[in-house]
Amino acid sequence: MSAFLIRRLMQSLAVIAIMSFLVYALIGLMPGDPIDIMIASDPKLTPDDAARLRALYGLDLPIGERYWNWLSAALGGDLGFSRTHSRPVLDVMGPHLERTLLLMGISFVLSAAIAIPLGVWAAARPYSLHDYAINLFSFAGRSAPPFWLALILIFVFAVWLGWFPAGGLETIGKGGFWDRLQYLVLPVLSLTLLNVAGFTRFVRAETMAVMRLDFIRTARAKGVSERGVLTGHALRNAMIPIVTIIALDFGTLFSGALITETVFAYPGMGKMIYDSILANDFNLALVGLLFATFVTLAANIGADVAYAVLDPRIALT
Amino acid sequence: MRASANLRGMIKAAIFLLTLLVLAVAPAQAEEKRRDGLTIGITQFPSTFNPMIDSMLAKSYILAMVRRPFVTFDRDWKLVCLLCETLPTVENGGATVVTFDKGELKGRKGLRITWRIRKGAKWGDGRPVTVDDVIFAWKVGRHPQSGVAGREPFLRTVAIERIDDRTFVQVLDKLRYDYNQLVPDPMPAHLETEAFREPKEYRRRTTYDRDPANPGLYYGPYRISRIVSGSHVELVPNQTWWGKAPSFKRIVVRVIGNTAALEANLRAGGIDYAAGELGLSLDQATALQRRAANRYRFIFKAGLIYEHIDFNLDNPILKDRRVRRALAYGMDRKRMSAQLFRGLQPVADTNISPLDQVASKEVTTYPFDPKKAAALLDAAGWKRRGDGWRYNAKGERLSLSLMTTSGHRVREQVMEILQAYWRRIGIEIRLKTQPARVFFGRTVTQRQFPAMAMYAWISAPESNPRGTLHSSEIPTAKNNWSGQNFPGFHNAEMDRLIEKLEVTLTLRDRLPIWRRIQQIYAAELPVLPLYFRANPYVIPRWLAGIRPTGHQFSTTLWVEDWRAGADAKQQ
Repeated sequence: MSAFLIRRLMQSLAVIAIMSFLVYALIGLMPGDPIDIMIASDPKLTPDDAARLRALYGLDLPIGERYWNWLSAALGGDLGFSRTHSRPVLDVMGPHLERTLLLMGISFVLSAAIAIPLGVWAAARPYSLHDYAINLFSFAGRSAPPFWLALILIFVFAVWLGWFPAGGLETIGKGGFWDRLQYLVLPVLSLTLLNVAGFTRFVRAETMAVMRLDFIRTARAKGVSERGVLTGHALRNAMIPIVTIIALDFGTLFSGALITETVFAYPGMGKMIYDSILANDFNLALVGLLFATFVTLAANIGADVAYAVLDPRIALT
Repeated sequence: MRASANLRGMIKAAIFLLTLLVLAVAPAQAEEKRRDGLTIGITQFPSTFNPMIDSMLAKSYILAMVRRPFVTFDRDWKLVCLLCETLPTVENGGATVVTFDKGELKGRKGLRITWRIRKGAKWGDGRPVTVDDVIFAWKVGRHPQSGVAGREPFLRTVAIERIDDRTFVQVLDKLRYDYNQLVPDPMPAHLETEAFREPKEYRRRTTYDRDPANPGLYYGPYRISRIVSGSHVELVPNQTWWGKAPSFKRIVVRVIGNTAALEANLRAGGIDYAAGELGLSLDQATALQRRAANRYRFIFKAGLIYEHIDFNLDNPILKDRRVRRALAYGMDRKRMSAQLFRGLQPVADTNISPLDQVASKEVTTYPFDPKKAAALLDAAGWKRRGDGWRYNAKGERLSLSLMTTSGHRVREQVMEILQAYWRRIGIEIRLKTQPARVFFGRTVTQRQFPAMAMYAWISAPESNPRGTLHSSEIPTAKNNWSGQNFPGFHNAEMDRLIEKLEVTLTLRDRLPIWRRIQQIYAAELPVLPLYFRANPYVIPRWLAGIRPTGHQFSTTLWVEDWRAGADAKQQ
């Protein structure tokens, strides 16, 4: 197991190193730079100003040299300075990460807690009325554009009923745990509805596939109750692909949900990364994306370990 | 069983009544509560709060509440003093023309301008605003490594001579008609000197970003008390403010990047007011007006954002002025404005806003006239054939491309309408869109658009046209694509007029020059004027005192006039 973990860790580090160059090069090779954006918003900037600012920000250097400078500093612990926030990258990322983790974490736990029993329930009596209802809900959830769903929730619960705030982080000047919780309700609900729909369909399909296998029939023949068959045999075997999907989605815990964060004016990682790419804030975009890559890789290693726990036939070597 | 059903019925009724009560009471309470505070919604978060680094509308909007520039254009587009006592002009003797008698400038003419800081002006920590703060700002502005975006005004100032704590003379190195708009606004030397010790590190060490709630950074009616990055900025009254006391005990500027979410927040009470400068789109505001006219006042203020189409004058077809004029006659801009913008965005005849004091009406205009357009094209050798398109003698079809930014719904709509209009006069238009960063990063700035590029310019009152119309400003590979004369317009008379305009110090003498510049612009049509964009201000009926300016200086420069109360409706 430890040899496996060390090998995977080394592979992950190599992937991150390659990714860092690719992302840096892709952002750097996009047409336009931060100074072009400044010129577009300030017609008074002279060509001399543009040249001076490019030199000051190091944008006049070849992309390889810029990357090398960044990498040398990053290995020394300096991840750079965010141009669009005028603060060190880690200072900017910290609060965004914390907020995204809270938002996505709650939504993720709720989604799994709702979707797994719902999917199993649907699989237990396929093509029954409640299976159709769950399917309908799942299809609707999968088809609903996140942007539209978020706006509908705002109009119903914030504008019409006035039960929850339409967006933001907290009541300014008030704050506190309960206050912040109220602000999380609608974005969490929005994300959960979307995630539940996807997860449910997946759990249902996987459980139904397992339910057709011989060992389920054997378990029933042995007199195991239907509940026991579902939870003790079918679900446990269906969990391996489910864990894979959950692990892949785990990366989004940190990269955030761009659309939901935008509509609910929730300053999290997704919006931060998106804005930094658009504004050519190289350092922030790069570190944000690399962090999301790292977490996704770590989650995949976690999923591999989980397979071994769930299925004794799988050995990690 | 029966008792249980009754109980359920009673609970349902109670919930129903409670909901009604909440719905009835909550909005009223919320509105009452808001009276001593104001929450403004905008769509952009500033990248820095340092007034000298980076230029962003969101930053200007917020800083206008916490600082006051020496001069600004007021709501009637007149240049006025805010931090100075009297506006120095050549006419009132506050500015005098001098001839330098030594140094590099020997023999050249320049200007000496006397400024006096308003009595009682203090930073939020109680220190007076002095000439030292102006000199410090000037030094920061001049330094090539300080990170200041536009150094031109600082470089033009060759000396600042201190007379006393509040009075100084600014020496400009040459004659410029905008001489009294170039004074450096003060920076708190007592807080920023240390950060500027290493100029290259200044933008990373400035107190405005390291300790933005420091009261000593501000000298406006409000000061910033808290910033939550990407979310909101909180402002409280500045106790050392010398002017009219502001009415609100707290102002919060909330950032909601998406305009649909901004509207939802406005309707849900998450924000009180959507700023016109950085708020809802025009069509959103007009739709909201139909639904919520009883709750809000809607002001649509046309301003200085000039939508237009640049012609690439190197294009052999567009080199012919008759074709450019035919394109102008061949589109009905008045109808487009009426249909798309309910007539709220006035049709542009030139690049000068009709609100500008230098705007002239004595220019060629291009009302919709397809017959005239057809005649011009015929005269230019583009004859119509049976298939409806026009061809030249070589049999080449009259076909042009029109480019703009992708994802800009209104521009894409306008493109399609123009395509349809120009098809009627036999011109084939190929539409192409690009992401803004590609379009502005290369296509426009390096003149790579083959025929026409549609976008907007943000201008200023009496803005110097050199950058966009002087032939020395045509970007080429040779000059490393510097300059903003993207059409490649070259007109000797225009060059001479711009050079003369720049050194003509009195408005009276400048007006005829401006008139001629606009006449050439309208006659030669290096650019096809479309319309001036209007900003929608959606103001709750209880809020008074907001008067949109229409130019680039924010309404927040007069935030102390904003108030809530019964008299709000009188505005």
